[in-house]
Amino acid sequence: MNVLLDNLALYGDGLLGTVELTVWSALLALALGLVMAAFRVAPVRPLRAFGTAWVTVLRNTPLTLLFFAVLLGLPRFGLVLPFTLFAVLALGCYTSAFICEAVRAGIGTVPTGQGEAARSLGMTFRQTLGLVVLPQAFRAVIPPLGSTLIALAKNSAIAGSFSVTELLGVYKPLNELGYSIIWSFVWIAVGYLLVTLTLSALFNALEKHYGVAR
Amino acid sequence: MAGDALIELRGVNKHYGALHVLQDIDLRVGRGEVVVVIGPSGSGKSTLCRTINRLETIESGTITLDGVPLPQEGRALARVRADVGMVFQSFNLFAHRTVLDNVTLAPVKVRRKRKEDAERRARELLDRVGLAAHAGKYPAQLSGGQQQRVAIARALAMDPKALLFDEPTSALDPEMINEVLEVMRQLAREGMTMVVVTHEMGFARYAAHRVVFMADGRIIEDRPPEEFFAAPRSARARDFLAKILKH
Repeated sequence: MNVLLDNLALYGDGLLGTVELTVWSALLALALGLVMAAFRVAPVRPLRAFGTAWVTVLRNTPLTLLFFAVLLGLPRFGLVLPFTLFAVLALGCYTSAFICEAVRAGIGTVPTGQGEAARSLGMTFRQTLGLVVLPQAFRAVIPPLGSTLIALAKNSAIAGSFSVTELLGVYKPLNELGYSIIWSFVWIAVGYLLVTLTLSALFNALEKHYGVAR
Repeated sequence: MAGDALIELRGVNKHYGALHVLQDIDLRVGRGEVVVVIGPSGSGKSTLCRTINRLETIESGTITLDGVPLPQEGRALARVRADVGMVFQSFNLFAHRTVLDNVTLAPVKVRRKRKEDAERRARELLDRVGLAAHAGKYPAQLSGGQQQRVAIARALAMDPKALLFDEPTSALDPEMINEVLEVMRQLAREGMTMVVVTHEMGFARYAAHRVVFMADGRIIEDRPPEEFFAAPRSARARDFLAKILKH
């Protein structure tokens, strides 16, 4: 208990770092994932190919490797950003691949007749997707989206190894100060639970709200 | 029956794998004409109907609508589709929107109509198909026959040049078929250009200007209904009629 109370500020900074990483990466991942899902079902072949390549590369690369690629790779092309921004970029792109696939699966749950009816009325691809298909896909996408974002929150721990302030990294200074490693980690775990359970609650509420019979 | 062709198919071919579903199809539909397509299942009649607004692509041949060749994907195709209404076997009403929204969505988003104008017109059309009282309901709250009438109103809201019906009554309970056919008969009387794929021989006989009989991906006969039903020329058509008119 002392570990926590003695180092409340340290834990607080860590938790805040994890929350920030999670929120910004989630927003980036949701935006990119949605665009990539649209690409993957687009009638234009190059867009489909791009979407497929995006998912294949990012989903099959270990996240740590992706961090190295972004942190060491981008500066070589003259792109120098704060470490936190690099971390958001790596986490967001990585997670977008999973979100893309969840959204695509959701699109698959909408009967093809819905899209056909929209197209037969003269709607463009974007209108068909945005006005008819995605609103109906959303319901099915909520549970996998929740899982993906919870995974994102936990994956953000990797950023700690790349000089970004986040929750897991809190153990290093505590260890140096001589605190019990076990209790340090117990409170870190509680911090993660705080984040992930909040996400769970959020998605449960979304499910309840949008899961009403149509 | 006007002289100029609104819909014209020439030498249209399509395969599903090894199956040659459309074989050298030639078909002209004049302005104001009602053409009913009949034939055994698997004869390609639904596919034919769906190629006209390019929900099915074709491999060879040409399709022209009002003199304009059907464009490939993209905005040009969307513009053509806006002018050709389609009514599906499974209704395909937008499940997440109310009846009124179903009818106003495309006029507002595609035609850029003002919302009030689109709603006024939608209520007129819903009244015409006898569903004015159901404007605020969701499709799942309606019976099949009611859903199909909403679908017809939705198609009419775009002021289409022609309407395509792909087996509009095949998914309906028998007692609901007539309410849908009555709306279609009324449209036919008013001079709407219609291509109707159906198994309703009564509609073919009394509402159609021409009956097109298809089998195995080919158009076998294309004649006025009174001639076709009185004396079908082909053995295939005689066989088909004998099977469905017996009971």
